[in-house]
Amino acid sequence: MRRVVVTGLGMVSPLASGVEETWTRLLAGESGAGTITRFDADHLATNYACEIPRGDGTGGTFDPNAWMEPKEQRKVDDFILYGVAAAEMAVRDSGWMPEDEEGQLRTGVMIGSGIGGLETIADTSILLRDRGPRRVSPFFIPSALINLVSGQVSIRFGFKGPNHAPVTACATGSHAIGDAARMIQCEDADVMIAGGAESSICEIGIAGFNACKALSTKRRDDPQSASRPYDSDRDGFVMGEGSGVVVLEEYEHAKARGAKIYAEVVGYGMSGDAYHITAPSEDGDGGYRAMQAALKRAKLDPASIDYINAHGTSTMADTVELAAVERLMGDAASNAVMSSTKSSVGHLLGAAGAIEAIFCILAIRDRVAPPTINLDNPAVTPTLNLAANAKVERDIDIALSNSFGFGGTNASLVLSRVAD
Amino acid sequence: MADDIETRVRKIVVEHLGVEEEKVTENASFIDDLGADSLDTVELVMAFEEEFGIEIPDDAAETIQTFGDAVKFIKDAQ
Repeated sequence: MRRVVVTGLGMVSPLASGVEETWTRLLAGESGAGTITRFDADHLATNYACEIPRGDGTGGTFDPNAWMEPKEQRKVDDFILYGVAAAEMAVRDSGWMPEDEEGQLRTGVMIGSGIGGLETIADTSILLRDRGPRRVSPFFIPSALINLVSGQVSIRFGFKGPNHAPVTACATGSHAIGDAARMIQCEDADVMIAGGAESSICEIGIAGFNACKALSTKRRDDPQSASRPYDSDRDGFVMGEGSGVVVLEEYEHAKARGAKIYAEVVGYGMSGDAYHITAPSEDGDGGYRAMQAALKRAKLDPASIDYINAHGTSTMADTVELAAVERLMGDAASNAVMSSTKSSVGHLLGAAGAIEAIFCILAIRDRVAPPTINLDNPAVTPTLNLAANAKVERDIDIALSNSFGFGGTNASLVLSRVAD
Repeated sequence: MADDIETRVRKIVVEHLGVEEEKVTENASFIDDLGADSLDTVELVMAFEEEFGIEIPDDAAETIQTFGDAVKFIKDAQ
């Protein structure tokens, strides 16, 4: 089987625009949450979220004009803007910008989204009702379609290999990376730009997740304390937005061009719950089987896992996942660290798995597990070290990342240090 | 009044296509000279309709290829 390594990283997160800027703030235990500024959300049950900090690019802010011409921005929903920006960062970081036909043909794109252009669809529906079909923009469909991140990235860089986009709710980012790695293993491509992008912080997005009782609603006065995975006072997730993108590359291909190698994708496992549209089964069976499958593919024992980036959304399901991980690891659980970075960045839905895979890669690189912030009173007594409110410095050679989505879809990735 | 229409049409073209004002000349073709694609031209026509409160049927829209075409059509329609 061909080996797949990570050679480029890109990220637009609620903590900052940029991988290193985000990572620094994540390790410092900062929160990206605040009262929603994009629109007046006071009438909604939840009026806070983790928004992308927009600005002129200084101080870690995200400057849209630095990544896309203003006239092009009008033609895309924000999830595409974020996805294209993260992809550009990742591609530049990898140094892989082939000018030759062969290089372009052997490079594909696989950036998914959970919901896609939700705000664009909502706004256009209102326009259609109020002013009729002749006012619907010719850019409405291509700005809302989920696969248009992959399409835009391929057009921008001339990548002519497989062009795909998974849609598996909150597991999208992990499925994208796992599936893209398989495409490289199966020789469909030598390089894949993979990840997820999301921008659902809009009136209908918040109202919709409120309706299914998934969002935190009780922290209007202190949004930064609202995302508190495993804590007994948690009351739902805090919505985030943004994008994470990695450059995946066949190992020999990366070595031959002297690329910087961050980590290897050694395992990928998937499963379905066959249980409920929004809730996991109480025994966490689906997540358990996804992790088990990923470890089997990696030919690794559960005891070899040093760090786990949990799905951990700050909902009732946190303890279900925790129990499943502890069951999987058995006695080895006490030696591992597991944290939920959603405590800092919120839940980026279809982008979550991608940015969390990047956090795993950086945890391996820097030998440090990022903290679970706001974990003041754990709902259960964990065997795992949950990195409560402080990063944990330790050797991390193997990291596992979990992503579980509505519909009962689960994906786990195993990432490994590559020996020099 | 005629100059006013030209100014308003030019402003729309500059905004939508992100081009320099000087390039929007009488014979400038939206697609060949100003970098528009077929979707851009649909959006331009919609913007003209909005700005001038007129309706431009699809078959007429197809004849609007240049800045001069647009100005002439709008003048005639008013």
